[in-house]
Amino acid sequence: MLNVTDILETIGMIREENLDIRTITMGISLLDCVSEDENRLCEKIYDKITRKAEHLVEVGCDIEKKYGIPIVNKRVSVTPVSIVGGSISPDGYLKIAHTLQRAAETLGINFIGGYSALVHKGMTEGEKNLISVIPEALAQTQLVCSSVNVATTKAGINMDAIRMMGTAIKRAAYLTRDNNSIGCAKLVVFANVPEDNPFMAGAFHGVGEPDSVINVGVSGPGVVAAAIRRAGDCNLSELADVIKKTAFKITRVGQLVASEAAERLNTPFGIIDLSLAPTPAVGDSVAHILEEMGLESCGGYGTTAALAMLNDAVKKGGVMASSHVGGLSGAFIPVSEDAGMIAAVERGALTLEKLEAMTAVCSVGLDMIAIPGDVSEDVICGIIADEISIGVANTKTTAVRVIPAYGKKCGDVVNFGGLLGYSPIMDVKPYSPARFVARGGRIPAPIHSLKN
Amino acid sequence: MKAVVTVTGKDSVGIIARVSTLCSEYNANIIDITQSVLSEYFAMIMLVEIDELKIPFAEFADKLAATGKEKGLDIRAMHEDIFNTMHHV
Repeated sequence: MLNVTDILETIGMIREENLDIRTITMGISLLDCVSEDENRLCEKIYDKITRKAEHLVEVGCDIEKKYGIPIVNKRVSVTPVSIVGGSISPDGYLKIAHTLQRAAETLGINFIGGYSALVHKGMTEGEKNLISVIPEALAQTQLVCSSVNVATTKAGINMDAIRMMGTAIKRAAYLTRDNNSIGCAKLVVFANVPEDNPFMAGAFHGVGEPDSVINVGVSGPGVVAAAIRRAGDCNLSELADVIKKTAFKITRVGQLVASEAAERLNTPFGIIDLSLAPTPAVGDSVAHILEEMGLESCGGYGTTAALAMLNDAVKKGGVMASSHVGGLSGAFIPVSEDAGMIAAVERGALTLEKLEAMTAVCSVGLDMIAIPGDVSEDVICGIIADEISIGVANTKTTAVRVIPAYGKKCGDVVNFGGLLGYSPIMDVKPYSPARFVARGGRIPAPIHSLKN
Repeated sequence: MKAVVTVTGKDSVGIIARVSTLCSEYNANIIDITQSVLSEYFAMIMLVEIDELKIPFAEFADKLAATGKEKGLDIRAMHEDIFNTMHHV
């Protein structure tokens, strides 16, 4: 039976602690849209997406009202377009980007992901064509998100692909220079990318997935921070339990929403992504959780340990609350989207190097980090290679989403607006990895025994 | 199907009357009410049956929220399942 304390706790989480469902993402396979004719291909893509996701936004809004919990984003992810497009021309790939944008506008969704390629071991002509127009595609569309997987633990690291991504990131920054280089905020470079991630900008619909699927991303950094605050001066074992219990409750709501959305949309339920996804709103920060755990500032010594514990406890609590867990699952540490991270950078406590260490123990990677516009392609490739190596060596997902903000230098601020937030430009060391990067080729896959 | 209506805010005359009038107007059957007043802070929780509701539930929730706004109160109607799933295994 329901009791008053439970009811008021739930209401408090939603009203004061920013509990929300971050996204309902419908994954849609485009494998049956393949066509030799570019126009026919685009037509089929548009028709399939708008047919499958016709009621996505409507159902999302309805569930939001029924349970009284905000569902912030309704999104669509599609099969990596390089697989569907095959060897079509760069222009053809640009047409696909516009088709995805048009479909997203028709549906009224917030983002569409899957302008992607998986090139961890090598690249086809079609994949080269796609990657060559990613900057233009991101500059000419608003809702299309792009991701490229350049490494896996089993295949190693494709340095040639990383070099192409360094060029793509710089060019996207230049092409969107009038808008704070926002193109780069829609582009992620991955290692070990999951095929069922509902979060942007890295969402796509993997080839092992069904025709369509519903994946849900939960959130709730504010709820975890508040629970830790209420727990007071307990020891770390007790604190881990507090986090687990809270993650369990948050995830149960995600599961409820996911099951209902799947049923109403007549689409199989895929996974719940158990992520603590911050927003720039006060009280919705992962950095503040770490500070609530006892750190003077996020980025100081102890940050990696606290984050590792938080990440692990969130997973342990969430796993039992959901029938299927997947995606990225863990704590996100984007800089510009997290008020506490922004403050930590501003006070000089959080550096790029510390963020890199943090990514070894939590989900994703160097995320939404604004760097000076004059940072060279080689240095960006070096940043990517370092971060990707962490994922490959540790058999986990890592990613890079950096924004070399055109015309901005260290200490300036860029404002992306909305959920993407704002960020001070972070300091980047100038020493060049040019010779290392220029070697190209592949870094071999790491050995899986003799672990040290 | 049941929904939980919660009313929180500063205590004032006629809150229960107002909410129950809306419930009867749209055919939501009140099953249970608990309320408490803590130093002028009012919290009421109402369990209502919504099977025979005259309008879609989303609209009913909007009407309650709007009434709350007029009175400076926070009124929410939420399907009971969100509480059941969150607090019971």
